[in-house]
Amino acid sequence: MSLLLKLLAQRIALGLLLLFLVSILIFSGTIILPGDVAQQILGQSATPEALANMRRDLGLNDPPIQRYFNWLGGVLQGDLGTSLTSGKDIAESIGKRLGNTLFLAFWAAIISVPLAILLGLIAVRYRERWPDKLISAVTLASISVPEFLIAYVAIFFVSVRLRWAPSVTTINDSMSLGEKLHTISIPIAVLTLVVLAHMMRMTRAAILNVMQSAYIETAELKGLRMFTIIWKHAFPNSIAPVVNVVMLNLAYLVVGVVVIEVVFTYPGMGQFLVDHVSKRDIPVVQACGLIFAAVYIGLNMFADIVSIVANPRLRHPK
Amino acid sequence: MSDKLLKVQNLKIGATVYPPGEKPHDIEIVHGVSFEVEKGKVLGLIGESGAGKSTIGLASMAYGRGGVKITGGEVWVNGRDILKTTNADVRALRGGEVTYVSQSAAASFNPAKKIMDQVTEAAILQGKFSKKEAERRAVELFRKLGLPDPENIGNRYPHQVSGGQLQRCMTALALCPEPDLVVFDEPTTALDVTTQIDVLMAIKEAIRDTGVAALYITHDLAVVAQVSDDILVLKMGDMVEYGSVDQIINNPQEEYTKALVSVRSIEHAEKTPTPEPVLKVKNITARYKGTNFDVLKNINVELHPGQTLAVVGESGSGKSTLARVITGLLPQSNGSVHFAGRDLSKDLGGRSKEDLRELQMIYQMADVAMNPRQTVGTIIGRPLEFYFGLRGAEKRKRIVELLDEIEMGAGFIDRYPAELSGGQKQRVCIARALAAKPKMIICDEVTSALDPLVADGILKLLLDLQKIEDVAYLFITHDLATVKAIADSIAVMYQGEVVRYGGKTDVLSPPFDDYTDLLLSSVPEMKLGWLEEVIANRKMESAGN
Repeated sequence: MSLLLKLLAQRIALGLLLLFLVSILIFSGTIILPGDVAQQILGQSATPEALANMRRDLGLNDPPIQRYFNWLGGVLQGDLGTSLTSGKDIAESIGKRLGNTLFLAFWAAIISVPLAILLGLIAVRYRERWPDKLISAVTLASISVPEFLIAYVAIFFVSVRLRWAPSVTTINDSMSLGEKLHTISIPIAVLTLVVLAHMMRMTRAAILNVMQSAYIETAELKGLRMFTIIWKHAFPNSIAPVVNVVMLNLAYLVVGVVVIEVVFTYPGMGQFLVDHVSKRDIPVVQACGLIFAAVYIGLNMFADIVSIVANPRLRHPK
Repeated sequence: MSDKLLKVQNLKIGATVYPPGEKPHDIEIVHGVSFEVEKGKVLGLIGESGAGKSTIGLASMAYGRGGVKITGGEVWVNGRDILKTTNADVRALRGGEVTYVSQSAAASFNPAKKIMDQVTEAAILQGKFSKKEAERRAVELFRKLGLPDPENIGNRYPHQVSGGQLQRCMTALALCPEPDLVVFDEPTTALDVTTQIDVLMAIKEAIRDTGVAALYITHDLAVVAQVSDDILVLKMGDMVEYGSVDQIINNPQEEYTKALVSVRSIEHAEKTPTPEPVLKVKNITARYKGTNFDVLKNINVELHPGQTLAVVGESGSGKSTLARVITGLLPQSNGSVHFAGRDLSKDLGGRSKEDLRELQMIYQMADVAMNPRQTVGTIIGRPLEFYFGLRGAEKRKRIVELLDEIEMGAGFIDRYPAELSGGQKQRVCIARALAAKPKMIICDEVTSALDPLVADGILKLLLDLQKIEDVAYLFITHDLATVKAIADSIAVMYQGEVVRYGGKTDVLSPPFDDYTDLLLSSVPEMKLGWLEEVIANRKMESAGN
């Protein structure tokens, strides 16, 4: 057991270190961005004195290292600062947006992950035959088309022609869960198509790799059905690579959905980030970057932990 | 049909081959084989690799491995031709009526599932027993097969038990659904001799107690003689001889069978030690990095010029580690290696080109020790260039000489390793080692992966070359028959220590220490009833104690 705990502790420590390094990267990255926040807030006609006062009030004249640690100290206490443009507390305004993004990502994942794994299993069962080829062709085609194009095509047919679901997907607290899901059904479908291929292909490849093992032959010689063999004997031994690619795609569903959010005017994190980049609202951009990084690192860390725990040699030492 | 459990008639099996540079095409690998097995009887299928014995064994379960297809003939099990029945019936046959024990239990158990679940799976799935009954039966089998803690061993995962134990678990897996026939495919080949004898006895008793019939596949005639009623000798997919075990062992009719029975024909008289050994290993102690356990403990051995020191022991005894220390791959923590009148540096980086040249190595797996994209000429020519700077015609002349010495000839110079047989590959590796004109060659299990007749040829070649080149061999092996054939002196290793060391005659003559006695008495002998004799002797001894 001790080896397992040691590996897990190592992995978690590594994740935290990575997050710390990323915070430095985000901070220095936003500093070297062109543009001046004070100028942005006060407009072109501001007097030099007003600009100087503004900069002093915002702390823009302090040395970068000091600003970094002030910021980091705040973040560690849950204080992401105040927005330069709106003057509101960032944590509060992001909270709602993040909730929306996670809501969309959650439902897209609930549908796409089991579907991808099921399709992967079917592809293995009928490998090199028409179901396998059909699944590969469809999923590869859907990943090859840019997602905004799929989105607009889906809007045209599902929303404009058939009028099944809205194309503008603004949701709010007064809606019931059913209404919310109906509202976001097209973005969920488009996101599913986008992430399906990667997970399906990886499931297929990982299981096919295991299917070469001698213990699969043992299972065949026990007279088991092919699907039982794939599900009960092959799949448990290919969890590690599958979980890794699933987590990469989940991370994408959270941090990479900017395009979809913009197309469907969905009030999520991506759109929030894009808005504030154009306004040079540095504290908001930093906060968004840090949250995205945390999600990404956290999910990948989780994948690694699952891979470590899935290894029976580590879970049950001699 | 009659009361024959298994009746195979004119079985033909084909496979698709993908030779380099040619179009894939179908070939026949089993050319019309017929045999039968009665209830409760054991038929031994024997032959060298490529004889088609595993393929035939699997055909009795209507199974073809990889691209193997059954192309003709009939396989009758319990009165029906299983090659013409439905898929559902084939599934009921596999794991129900006929079960399988593979060579490598370690690879054949699913690493992610508990042993008990895998042992009982087929019996439950085929509806033969309820989960509870199957588990009770499994525990009973574990006990019968002599596994430790039979009540709980099923709760372990495959990696938590030893190789010999896992092989017995595999036998339990095969016997659990109360099959009519078990196919044993080299079930003891991967085990140490001392483990093999226990597993062999367990299998034999299990067969006797359950009244199950069996196909016993092996390349080792001495092993099959202990468990079979009848023997079928196969060669390149053809039947050579088919008869009772007594007739095959004591009165073989065919030349090929005679060769198999009389293999190990080499006689090699022990040479007397010279005053100055070429290799002197003094007080070597070594451990692997990051561990706190000595894998070698105070080893002292000597090897004389032009002679052979056999280092013998089971897996994990430290014999290959000793080779790693001598070659500098694993620096020792204590002691010294004295070679050709000088002390060798602990690690590889500190050794001169001359040190490297004079100490060559040959490995067990000839095909992974050669670059598959280089021709035989390039492989043998490389040390000639590197150590002697030979080029062009001069180099070619020397390569041809070496190819003649290994009895292959200049015709092989442009061939690739993939175009050679296992024995030929090992010969090329020998030529490559000789090309450096070494004083000593370390041979690490060089014949273990080869068929007995081929291995015999390699050993003869090594002895002949020793006479011509006056080279010394440090011969690492687990096979005592090989040791008897070629050694001048022997070091028996056990758990990192040399437990017995001296001239061949002394080491192999009584009185023995306990371990050497166990090792020597475990080597299967080609006579009927040997297994029972050994087991009876051991029981008497332990009762006497």
